[in-house]
Amino acid sequence: MKGMSRIVKTVTNFVYGFIIIFGFYIIVHGHLTPGGGFQGGAVAGSAFALLLVSYGSLNSKKFLKDDIFSLFENFGLTLFIILGFSGLGITFFYNFLANSGGWFGDAALIGVNPGDMNTGGVIPLMNIAVGLEVLSAFGVIVLTMARGAEFTKKKEKS
Amino acid sequence: MIGNLAYVAVVIFIGLGIYSLMFKKNLIKIAIGIVLIENGVNLFLITLGYRKGAVAPIYTQSPSGQAMVLPTPQALTLTSIVIGIATTALILSIAMIIYKHYGTLDTDQVRRLKG
Amino acid sequence: MKKIIFGIAFIIFFSFLVVSAINMRTFGEPTLSEMDDYFIENAQSETGANNVVTSIVFDYRGFDTLGEATVLFTAVVGVVALFRGVKK
Repeated sequence: MKGMSRIVKTVTNFVYGFIIIFGFYIIVHGHLTPGGGFQGGAVAGSAFALLLVSYGSLNSKKFLKDDIFSLFENFGLTLFIILGFSGLGITFFYNFLANSGGWFGDAALIGVNPGDMNTGGVIPLMNIAVGLEVLSAFGVIVLTMARGAEFTKKKEKS
Repeated sequence: MIGNLAYVAVVIFIGLGIYSLMFKKNLIKIAIGIVLIENGVNLFLITLGYRKGAVAPIYTQSPSGQAMVLPTPQALTLTSIVIGIATTALILSIAMIIYKHYGTLDTDQVRRLKG
Repeated sequence: MKKIIFGIAFIIFFSFLVVSAINMRTFGEPTLSEMDDYFIENAQSETGANNVVTSIVFDYRGFDTLGEATVLFTAVVGVVALFRGVKK
């Protein structure tokens, strides 16, 4: 597909970094505020769709590659499964880091409180793994469908 | 009947989705009907877990001393939304491959032409 | 002829849905809620997270999230496999 005008390209250059950072903010603070892995991954995945639409699918072959997205998706799902197996002393998917004092192991105050980032156990790590997977899944699906749509048209100028 | 307006809205969603699934011939319109049915069912799951005058089930800086909404239907709806995304992506990809092979998106003609 | 049969079946099904939507129980009063009351009471002391919905999705019912991540992965594999035989 063809790219868009110069105003759209200038605004996209400025804005897509903020969208990705906002998506990561929602992913990492998943155990304190509304949000989590899936919602933050969807927000950050829409930045890649913005890049693809505003530059055209022929020009975006230089900076959006399929291999890196596929690597991140496999890494995210493998990390999620490893976190599930590592609490296997008691049961599958056991929260072995909560209330322990290690990495994310402080105990949360009971009742209404301003949130502490160090709590949560194994939940923030699972949020990051699922967020990486959803982000890459969006990128791969949108890129593959956009490049598959090129074959039906005759020669077009970009 | 005014108190049950949420359930009537869900029924309108599902009814429009089934109408578009049964009576239309373009493949993209059939895909839109399937997406409408899925979104109607997700809305129905969320409206089942509401308590009158309650707040969201999060403890960070919420007004103290109030009841909370049931959190379990919200967790199940998250899973259902992601499965809807997977279904929609596969349906649209198959529609693109059919258009490349037959040259048309009409369901009457896709059945008749061979090769 | 086929259109008339489809039309009658659709009208019967739609009226069935509307009648059952009007006669449901009142909106905003769930009857059986012992499990959710347990989750709201004990989620902060057992898991240490302030967000009850996230602790249900990843800690109390983490197995469903594993199934959902696998479905998303399978969908991406299916889309890439469909577009692999297309010549440029």
